[in-house]
Amino acid sequence: MNILVFADHINGQFKKTAFESVSYASRVAKSNNGICTAVVLGKMNDPAKLSGFGANKILEVPYDGKFSSNVYSSVLMELANRENAELVVVSHDLNGKSIAGLLAAKWGAGSVTGVVSMPEFHNDGMDVVKGVFSAKAYARYRIKSAKKVISVMPNAFPPEEVGGDANIESVNISIPADRIEVLSVERAEGKVPLPEADIVVSGGRGLKGPENWHLLEDLATTIGGVLACSRPVADVDWRPHNEHVGQTGIVIRPKLYIAVGISGAIQHLAGVNNSKVIVVINKDPEAPFYKAADYGVVGDLFEVVPRLNEALKKYLK
Amino acid sequence: MEVIVCISKSPDTTARIAFTDQNTKYDEQGVQFIMNPFDEFYALVRGVELQEKEGAQLTFLNVGPASNDIIIRKALAIGGNKAVRIDTEPKSAWDVAKQIASYLKDKTFDLVLFGKETIDYNGSEVGAMVAGILDLPFVSNASKLEFENGNFILNRDIEGGIEKIRVAAPCIISAAKGMAEQRIPNMRGIMMAKTKPLEVVPAVETEDLVELVSYSLPVEKSGVKLVDPENMDELVRLLSEEAKVI
Ligand SMILES: Cc1cc2nc3c(=O)[nH]c(=O)nc-3n(C[C@H](O)[C@H](O)[C@H](O)COP(=O)(O)OP(=O)(O)OC[C@H]3O[C@@H](n4cnc5c(N)ncnc54)[C@H](O)[C@@H]3O)c2cc1C
Repeated sequence: MNILVFADHINGQFKKTAFESVSYASRVAKSNNGICTAVVLGKMNDPAKLSGFGANKILEVPYDGKFSSNVYSSVLMELANRENAELVVVSHDLNGKSIAGLLAAKWGAGSVTGVVSMPEFHNDGMDVVKGVFSAKAYARYRIKSAKKVISVMPNAFPPEEVGGDANIESVNISIPADRIEVLSVERAEGKVPLPEADIVVSGGRGLKGPENWHLLEDLATTIGGVLACSRPVADVDWRPHNEHVGQTGIVIRPKLYIAVGISGAIQHLAGVNNSKVIVVINKDPEAPFYKAADYGVVGDLFEVVPRLNEALKKYLK
Repeated sequence: MEVIVCISKSPDTTARIAFTDQNTKYDEQGVQFIMNPFDEFYALVRGVELQEKEGAQLTFLNVGPASNDIIIRKALAIGGNKAVRIDTEPKSAWDVAKQIASYLKDKTFDLVLFGKETIDYNGSEVGAMVAGILDLPFVSNASKLEFENGNFILNRDIEGGIEKIRVAAPCIISAAKGMAEQRIPNMRGIMMAKTKPLEVVPAVETEDLVELVSYSLPVEKSGVKLVDPENMDELVRLLSEEAKVI
């Protein structure tokens, strides 16, 4: 089975999710005696990097426009047809999410988004598992159509360096006219996006006000983490809404989630339950978050967090 | 301007998640259903604001059985001119998208708004699929939407930032947090909603490409290990030696 995988980048640098998707696709291709072809749109600093993650072939599409789900999905569809691919893999990041459904509909493919399992093959289709009910359950789906599209959940499959020397081909393809114009892009430079973070330090109403966030910022700096927050914190603008995790915010699955002054309401848990390890710091021993935690510290965060920061500094030195 | 806001039903955010029929059916017993929050808080309210500010004609569109009328009436209590329900128990994102697209294909409209995803199946797919079927421009996760000189100006959320986008009508947009603020229906709205038209249209046949095999629940945590708040060296040790995450 041949697989086409979309490798996204930001200004010429691959996203972590690109390596994850390529790594995933190459594992599936290998176990099905197929070819894993990675697609890159626009100028890349180092497209060959993808062969290190298992791509057998790298297609470079000359393109100097900005991201457009319509253009990208058309290009992927055309290349999937040329490469006889049965499966197209994208990441379930914000660009991937806007491509997956479009591509599936145009191409006539069955699709499952937010996949957290390797596929399993049956006579009548391919099974994948995804989180449903906002991470409160899983569903196994069987894609029965010949053409298939999946988006893979960020941070679910660590990229594996396998080495390789894939051919890089520049493809000749006509880019469809676009009806979307990107006027400007604003992006915090050098920051790890929350869904890609391995360690997340998150604050709730227990912090009492935005002026106390330096406590979490210091902790995050020490441990190499990214900041998140509960919904009420974003709603009152203590923190930007792109830090809001939970059922109505961002769903994350870091290795380590440190929740500070967050009660652990079910809607909050929905966004963070899939973290590998959860640490809860809360002065209320009855806080519901303790039921979902691996480690708990019952105490006043204003004392515990600086102490934890010092202990970490000592350990990391 | 013609605006269509697609609204869907989802279990309440606190609903118990359990399954029946050998884990192939969501157990709806005792579950309270609500309007999907991303549809209600953002897409719907922005639609209502366009109705108020730009004089847009606003239609709510739902794919679902008659029991969804409660949710549709709630939407009409917040605003809108009328609603349409496509009468079927939806089977999948693809089914919903096909139903919506076949309803829209001979209508004129400027904007179709969706919530960025539903909180039950978390697909983020329906809006995109409708755009794919109808071959219309699609922008996902828009946290701001303005109407200027016949175009929509959007902020699309990207990891760690935003993209500012101009797109001409007609287009399909999915709404994220920030596009609008939740509104609670008032008494007058609730009364008016009763007299607004709710048209029920038959569904089309669709063919499913994806089939649910089974549901499962996550394995429960084995229990929290409490660490003395005076002894953070111990927590660091556990994170490093036991959990191996630092
Ligand atoms: C439809 C809907 C969707 C929602 N979606 C989300 C969502 O996506 N994400 C989300 O987070 N919430 C969501 N919520 C809100 C959710 O129900 C909770 O209200 C919210 O998560 C609570 O935030 P919090 O834990 O920061 O605040 P609180 O519940 O007020 O908890 C504060 C905690 O801080 C502790 N604390 C206070 N002072 C200290 C101190 N000095 N030291 C240590 N601990 C201290 C307290 O013991 C308490 O447990 C949603 C709600 C609804 C109805």
